[in-house]
Amino acid sequence: MTVTHEAHQSPGAAPKLTDLFQRGLDAPICLTWELTYACNLSCVHCLSSSGRRDPRELTTDECKAVIDTLQRMQVFYVNIGGGEPTVRPDFWELVDYATAHHVGVKFSTNGVKLDAAAAARLAASDYVDVQISLDGATREVNDAVRGPGAYDTAMRAMGHLRAAGFEGFKLSVVMTRHNIPQLDAFKEIADRFGAQLRITRLRPSGRGADTWDELHPLPSQQRELYDWLVAHGEDVLTGDSFFHLSPYGSALPGLNMCGAGRVVCLIDPVGDVYACPFAIHSEFLAGNVRDRGGFETVWRCSPLFASLREPDTGGACRSCGFYDSCRGGCMAAKFFTGLPLDGPDPECVQGHGSAALASVSGAVPKSSEDHSHRTSPRSSGPVPVTIGRRRPPVHDCDESPLAGFTA
Amino acid sequence: MAPEASAGEYEPEELTGDELLVEEVSIDGMCGVY
Amino acid sequence: MSTDFDLDRPWQVDPRVSMRPEPFGALLYHFGTRRLSFLKNQRVLAVVRSLGDCPTARAACEAAGVRPAELPAYARALSVLAESNMITERSGL
Repeated sequence: MTVTHEAHQSPGAAPKLTDLFQRGLDAPICLTWELTYACNLSCVHCLSSSGRRDPRELTTDECKAVIDTLQRMQVFYVNIGGGEPTVRPDFWELVDYATAHHVGVKFSTNGVKLDAAAAARLAASDYVDVQISLDGATREVNDAVRGPGAYDTAMRAMGHLRAAGFEGFKLSVVMTRHNIPQLDAFKEIADRFGAQLRITRLRPSGRGADTWDELHPLPSQQRELYDWLVAHGEDVLTGDSFFHLSPYGSALPGLNMCGAGRVVCLIDPVGDVYACPFAIHSEFLAGNVRDRGGFETVWRCSPLFASLREPDTGGACRSCGFYDSCRGGCMAAKFFTGLPLDGPDPECVQGHGSAALASVSGAVPKSSEDHSHRTSPRSSGPVPVTIGRRRPPVHDCDESPLAGFTA
Repeated sequence: MAPEASAGEYEPEELTGDELLVEEVSIDGMCGVY
Repeated sequence: MSTDFDLDRPWQVDPRVSMRPEPFGALLYHFGTRRLSFLKNQRVLAVVRSLGDCPTARAACEAAGVRPAELPAYARALSVLAESNMITERSGL
């Protein structure tokens, strides 16, 4: 629902929601939990640089202890992702444990293990939501980014969900230069499968940093995207990821603020707690759930989170008339393009970001974790996006998550 | 900006009827989750 | 937003709602609808908490110390919660 903002504050008036949330809450409202860095795909823009399992992954018991903590803190909801979370052998056990302990679950998947049986199981549960990832409305556009077979896998999974009667699952798309022209087609696909469309912003995070130059929307496309979102109102979810577009007109539905470390955070596969999934870097590392005091202590006592919860003065953006709605944009987008956090977003719609980028010299920060498959190594420059990328070979000694798995 | 009350409790003296006491947010409406 | 919330009926918090007090009020999350509501002061939280125990919503407001001049604002708040199924009418007493 749209958050309404008071035009002025009279003494004794109820406080603005965003001001309260910016100060941080005693527990997250929801959070992202990447269960594994293992993945059967190698999407060129993967925010978590996933591919190979990390041997230090939390054990099943450690995961259950995290869920116990989330229950105690009354975290309402976890968004489970990865990597591909369903490749963990204990995936269903953990989902069931979470829902049995009053923690709602939505999991994000490329669909590889979402067969008819899985779909039926999900349709029978009230407390588990599913999000299918797709980044092209056509095989050509999608597989150029997510690899050959990815489009078919997603379509197959959505077919199973529809057949099982699961209405309202999420079709989640990361918007790029190549798929913005397909917005209507994505809506059609979502409608066809009885799903709700969700579109989110590409950030230069993880492998996204390597492909940012070719994939990020052009300025004219940002306008197109904003107008399309306004036309579709609350039919289309955004994860509040487009508040940097607010200066184009009225604010989009959502809190229109960065929730990192304030109302949301990330727990990664090895238990590291980051401000958000787009900021996997030591700069935004708050602690680890294996530390004494566990997740609760990290959330409440981390100096990083305390500093994020200080009032935001706006820095270089303070003089801009649109700061109130755009809030200086995305922290992760600024960080990984080498911009200062107290200045404009690289995609600032007023153009202040482009100006700032011109002054950036030398190397920009890179994600702290890289679990990419070894046959598709990260390069320091842009990776050309081509159709028909070779899939990595599957061998036991490769630590492949799918060694022995037949699709 | 309204002042913080002590002991974490925030009580308006009197409401004129314009202020909203309840706001709704979509669970998908906060940035930083998948 | 509905303005015809019936204060003189018995109400209750939906059993699928999780209520989490906060320093400035409370968060309500509905596990069925996946919607989230934020109560912006302690008094409206007190009203909502006592709905199930009071014969009417009006009684719950009075028990929580809501002044007559403030009743319209609280009725409006309750109607928002009713519209999103956070609170529902109780059948019988």
